[in-house]
Amino acid sequence: MYQNASSEILRPVNPLLIWLTVIAALLFNALPWDGLWLDLRPDFVALVLLYWSLYQPHRLGIGLAWAVGILADVGDASLFGQHALAYTVLAFGGAMLHRRLQMFELREQTAQVFGILALTYGVYALVHWQVNGYVVWTYFLGCLTSALMWIPLGLMLGALGRRRAERRFS
Amino acid sequence: MDSTQQVPFFNRGPGPAVRLVFFAALSLLLLFVDARYHYLESARSALSVVLSPLQQAATLPSVLWRQAGEFFVTQDSLVDENLRLHRRHEQDAAQLQQLQAVQAENRQLRNLLELPARATLKTTPVEIIYIERDAFKRKVLINKGADARLQAGQIVMDDGGIVGQLTRIYPWMSEVTLITEKNFAVPVQVLRTGLRTIAFGAGDTSSLSLRYLPVSADVQSGDLLVTSGIDGIYPAGIPVAKVIKIERDASYPFARVSCLPVGGVDKHRHLLVVSGSVKPPAVPAETQPAGRK
Repeated sequence: MYQNASSEILRPVNPLLIWLTVIAALLFNALPWDGLWLDLRPDFVALVLLYWSLYQPHRLGIGLAWAVGILADVGDASLFGQHALAYTVLAFGGAMLHRRLQMFELREQTAQVFGILALTYGVYALVHWQVNGYVVWTYFLGCLTSALMWIPLGLMLGALGRRRAERRFS
Repeated sequence: MDSTQQVPFFNRGPGPAVRLVFFAALSLLLLFVDARYHYLESARSALSVVLSPLQQAATLPSVLWRQAGEFFVTQDSLVDENLRLHRRHEQDAAQLQQLQAVQAENRQLRNLLELPARATLKTTPVEIIYIERDAFKRKVLINKGADARLQAGQIVMDDGGIVGQLTRIYPWMSEVTLITEKNFAVPVQVLRTGLRTIAFGAGDTSSLSLRYLPVSADVQSGDLLVTSGIDGIYPAGIPVAKVIKIERDASYPFARVSCLPVGGVDKHRHLLVVSGSVKPPAVPAETQPAGRK
């Protein structure tokens, strides 16, 4: 069922699909989460960016992740560059590990994805700590839920990408 | 183009490490400029216009849900609510008449004492579009901005009391920092004793604390804190919070006082932006006392 068995050759997906999923992720992040739900909210943008930087490393690079980060900064009214820096690190992690991670199934990837996400969350919290002098620890709960979202999200994006690719190449 | 195999002789530009350093440096530069000098507000409001359809779309599910809920409101509950509001209105009307008499009397007394008149509050009703999705911050965005001539620094309240302050104005919306934001300060006065102090946000959803109050200060739990109005930003006499707990530990110089905001900081969707507070006269220039250099 998992699309990332090494036997399957990955085809480049339509860039439009990547953009649409990133926009959808921004939309999901912008839903009116509140209170505990806000702490538990998975960072959909980070997940989508990580997915594409793992499976389509030449379509989604560090520069694009940075640009999406700037948009996320405006959307969340965080400091300019705060999300951008975190997503830059995220995309770098994806670019470094994409060949190794593609050997694994989604389930096995989750642990390593958790590491990359923890780093991303850490960068964001570090910037916040440097500027404002404190860190809210419940913020890191989101890292955990994001990692748990990896399998369903991966299945979904994999299915979307495969269908588009088949339609284009058949 | 097979994306799983990176073939070295295809030139794809600089490697990931170079890109990481470049974009990280760019981010850090932006962070520094934004945090220190606040030069990027115009870029932010320009980008916010681009993002605003997305943000509007994100509120759509809850709007639809609410409208569906409103559609299925029963006749019974409407009649009930109408009755309750009627009763409330009658009570309020009686109190309002008293208030008018007291106000007239107060104006007269103030005239007699030659004190400046209190500001009359003008309010602009606004609606919360969405709550900021950053767990570190206590901010909401409202549906009016520069288009309704709102200005940063204006006070936001609801029917209970102070809710927050406008901190950033976009073309069509503005950002309200709630009083529960960490280290957000509101100058207050204990209504019972007139003691002036400052209420700080605690950073969680619903509490404020009074710092730097001596252990011996006359504060009781249940005391109402109202704005003191001495800073010229907050109009005087608007309820802010109620004291709920006081810890007096002799080993600390200050008492620990926790309060609960009386305004529905996390509750309502409709708020009021207050404009037209009186500017206090300028602080007189410091004069050198004679005989000293």
